[in-house]
Amino acid sequence: MSGERAPHRLAAPDPAWLMRTYAGHSTAQASNELYRTNLASGQTGLSVAFDLPTQTGYDPGDGLARGEVGKVGVPIAHLGDMRALFDGIDLAQMNTSMTINATAAWLLALYIAVAEERGIEPEVLQGTTQNDILKEFLARGTYAFPPVPSLRLTADMVAYTVEHVPRWNPVNICSYHLQEAGATPVQEIAFALANATAVLDAVRERVAEERIGAVFGRISFFVNAGVRFVEEHAKLRALAVLWEELGRGRYGVSDPTQLRLRYGVQVNSLGLTESQPENNVQRIVLETLAVTLGRNARARAVQLPAWNEALGLPRQWDQQWSLRIQQVLAYETDLLEYPDIFEGSRVMEGLVDELVQGARLELASIEQRGGAVQALSHMKAALVESNRGRLRRIESGEQVVVGVNRYLETAPSPLTADGASAFLTIDLAHEQAQIDALERWRAERNPNAVAEALEELARVARSDENIMPATLAAARAGVSTGEWAGTLRDVFGSYRAPTGVADAPPARGYAEIEQLREDVDRASEQLGRRLKLLVGKPGLDGHSNGAEQIALYARDAGIEVVYEGIRLTPEQIAASALEEGVHVVGLSILSGSHKVLVPQVVAALRDAGVQAPVVVGGIIPQGDVAELLAGGVAAVYGPRDYELGAIVADIVALAVGGSQS
Amino acid sequence: MSRTALSGSELAGRLRDRDVSVAPAVLNLLEDASRREEARELLVALGPGVLGGEAPGHIVGVTGPPGVGKSTLLGALVAVWRAADRTVAVLAVDPSSKRSGGALLADRIRIAGPAVGGPGRFIRSMAARERVGGLAPATRAAAQVLAVAFDVVVVETVGVGQSETEVAELADTVVVVVQPGAGDALQFLKAGLMEVPDLLVVAKADVGAAAQTTLGEAQAALHLLGADDTAALAVSALPPGAGIAELAQALDDHRARTDGPARRLATRRAGALADFISEYGAQGLRAVGGRRGAERILIAQSPELDGHSLVEMLALQAGLDQTS
Ligand code: B12
Ligand SMILES: Nc1nc2c(ncn2[C@@H]2O[C@H](COP(=O)(O)OP(=O)(O)O)[C@@H](O)[C@H]2O)c(=O)[nH]1
Ligand SMILES: [Mg+2]
Repeated sequence: MSGERAPHRLAAPDPAWLMRTYAGHSTAQASNELYRTNLASGQTGLSVAFDLPTQTGYDPGDGLARGEVGKVGVPIAHLGDMRALFDGIDLAQMNTSMTINATAAWLLALYIAVAEERGIEPEVLQGTTQNDILKEFLARGTYAFPPVPSLRLTADMVAYTVEHVPRWNPVNICSYHLQEAGATPVQEIAFALANATAVLDAVRERVAEERIGAVFGRISFFVNAGVRFVEEHAKLRALAVLWEELGRGRYGVSDPTQLRLRYGVQVNSLGLTESQPENNVQRIVLETLAVTLGRNARARAVQLPAWNEALGLPRQWDQQWSLRIQQVLAYETDLLEYPDIFEGSRVMEGLVDELVQGARLELASIEQRGGAVQALSHMKAALVESNRGRLRRIESGEQVVVGVNRYLETAPSPLTADGASAFLTIDLAHEQAQIDALERWRAERNPNAVAEALEELARVARSDENIMPATLAAARAGVSTGEWAGTLRDVFGSYRAPTGVADAPPARGYAEIEQLREDVDRASEQLGRRLKLLVGKPGLDGHSNGAEQIALYARDAGIEVVYEGIRLTPEQIAASALEEGVHVVGLSILSGSHKVLVPQVVAALRDAGVQAPVVVGGIIPQGDVAELLAGGVAAVYGPRDYELGAIVADIVALAVGGSQS
Repeated sequence: MSRTALSGSELAGRLRDRDVSVAPAVLNLLEDASRREEARELLVALGPGVLGGEAPGHIVGVTGPPGVGKSTLLGALVAVWRAADRTVAVLAVDPSSKRSGGALLADRIRIAGPAVGGPGRFIRSMAARERVGGLAPATRAAAQVLAVAFDVVVVETVGVGQSETEVAELADTVVVVVQPGAGDALQFLKAGLMEVPDLLVVAKADVGAAAQTTLGEAQAALHLLGADDTAALAVSALPPGAGIAELAQALDDHRARTDGPARRLATRRAGALADFISEYGAQGLRAVGGRRGAERILIAQSPELDGHSLVEMLALQAGLDQTS
């Protein structure tokens, strides 16, 4: 202690946060290579993206997995894939974050099993399984079982890891996806805390009472930060206040380290644009400030989207650019040299207070409904409504989005000059290779051991025992991801999450929609009955925002809309179109599987005798548009088409034209 | 489009042959204001006189407040019926239609469940046109003609209080579904504001003791009203489910117990009156001497007359020209 330390400087700069890149695609081998390169270029942890079949518990080759294998993440079908994924990476040293929810228990078991094979004790394993199932029902869509048994799996995992894998974060409560589905800052805080409460309540029933503090301390958060970065920073401080309050109040936790909010971040992607995509870099930088500026509420780990977010999957170079943003911020600027720069700020205090009050009200209303599980429909409808307001403000010009509804003029961009190569495309051949590989794996394993493991798993699922030991045994026996999840589906049943659109209030009258209503009335007269539209989401894609908003806008324009939510097979969509007698079929696909799924839906429709025109929306690269149009699609829409009114007007015109041809 | 739509009489022929695959085309026709004449052909060709008896299918009306679990319950019932190889048509009348005329038809998926139905299962969402719980004339007509080909035809509507009456105007068996702990519906019942249903179901029995309590209250209320014929059941439609097979059985029992043709005749006449009013309004009703007058006219008609012809008879008596 020599001399006076300036109160506005730290004695030594803080260490930087953990820098990650959300990555994984094609095959375990390819993803392994990617991880090793990323680690070599200074990344300090791993963040694994799994493909949708792995996330929802289907094997490659399953009907629902068509077109999705290895697409948006790495496919992990069994222990062998997990070995390959971490080949040459020291699991004892690595901090691995896995974005996995419904099948989290399974993927953690595979991870533990690989570590065991290498002689590494589970006690030293570090990392996170996302495992926040309620937000899957609200925003993200990769659920597999109904809410109650899903929460039981979560509770089992928490109870297990607290004892056997103590350095693991078994649950990462996510507010990130809520904002991506439209949440306001208040909703983001309140819904995340309500979800956390449901998890903790479920865990409380499965651990010894004195362990609840330890459990509370192991729960971390995964949050979002939008471009309104001052308020977004306040949101994190407010979350910390309410988290501590929850710990002390509801769970009787008093240890300050257990009560401290720990969070990782992915900054906002919903606001990243397809038009003038270079502007996304500024947005990402500002959003990163929201989660790093104030020391008292600084992120533990940060991963950033890339400039080409709205175009398609990022390439390695795109991700490297985003990693460099973090590195410049942490290592070139003076950010890490100071204590909290907002302490004593009236503005910050006021904002925090506002958000805390708002969130408390929202939390009380959820509590009144019986908690998060009972309030799923309420929360989902609220998200859809907020998103609707956001899109309305953008469409009306009230909310400025540079390059989209203002400052549209642009010089030709060298970044997107060569079109299709401005993002990563996944070779469709990987799917077949993965199907074949699984077949080989099955041929080589001991079928009796597999059958026994699955039988035991089913027994445990029906009982009240912890699911983890039987899951670990299944992992070691060579069970596949689809077999593990299928066994549990048989016991737990299946479920469809609320869509949030059914009870949405009518749109407040504005000129465009009034005009559109007249067009719809006229078209309906011409058609003989009211214009009817099916909005369908084929495949495992869980991106529902676009479909929901199109469905709502069309309804408000006077159209009868059939919308059945996410994850339908082409056959289901064709059957609905036929039975409902719709005039137009609209598909929404953002997962990149449009080249496989759209032709399948069109064929299924025509087989069923439905001649209605088909339109497609979502993330459809310009280079694929011609192919879809040639395949019988009438029109293709993407994020650049932000005017919902114009899209719905097209549908009306198409319905009338279509019936005359 | 190369394919031309089947005409009304062709569709009638197919339904008489119990070809359920024409159900979508039948609904498209019945909802189409520009094909009224063909719709008339279809309805007349499937009247009891032409058929030589009543349509054989069991028409079930299911009603209750929004969110009580009707669609989910229907999903479970449909599975039971399909497993027994019975063909099923469901008409889900959606309450969400807005002033704009638009609607979000979201019930379908709860009824359909994960399986693709195949031709033996037909689900059609219909928007409630004029008001919540109100049945469009096309719904009544559809239920009547689909009962020619399907073993079971279910109509799901929303509401407590008045919609039972409307459902009673088309169904052989009326099921009212109530929430566990929902005193309201039972109050309606006790106060005579709601007609006594043929079956009373307490939904969501899995949520706890409230369902059993409500079931007890319902049974007591029914007993007090002298409605001992009305069975009351508690069911859970979420997996693993409870009481579903019993409910299916209770529906069959009710049908076996009731005089089918007499009830059909009564519902056909009541339905025709409702259709007449929805087409010609209060003015039309006055012209036939009010409800009483209309009922007298209807009773005087041959029991073999189809619903559509009954509406025409009323129009004729009212001196209103029924040409489309
Ligand atoms: C929001 C978002 C999410 C949210 C989704 C919330 C929800 N419930 O919808 C969350 C955070 C949950 C999410 C998760 C994932 N996401 Co995401 N997500 C996005 C994001 C940022 C915005 C999409 C969006 O909602 N836009 C707003 C809506 C209104 O726009 P839109 O859907 O494009 O709709 C417009 C048009 O396309 C059109 N349209 C759309 N549908 C329809 C339908 C009809 C009938 C018509 C006429 C028109 C139409 O009209 C709309 C009007 O503007 C995009 C990137 C981007 N900026 O576009 C990535 C993106 C789609 N996601 C992506 C990925 C990979 C994922 C994950 C699979 C990651 C992973 N490996 O786990 C997960 C899993 C999700 C799942 N279950 O499938 C990728 C897809 C890559 C690809 N296509 O190759 C993208 C492109 C990001 C990227 N560059 O990597 N995501
Ligand atoms: N716990 C429980 N929930 C149910 C049951 N049936 C339906 N639900 C839920 O109740 C909500 C409304 O169901 P729905 O069938 O759409 O009701 P409807 O509006 O009456 O058709 C949904 O969230 C269902 O999942 C049940 O038997 N038990
Ligand atoms: Mg319903």
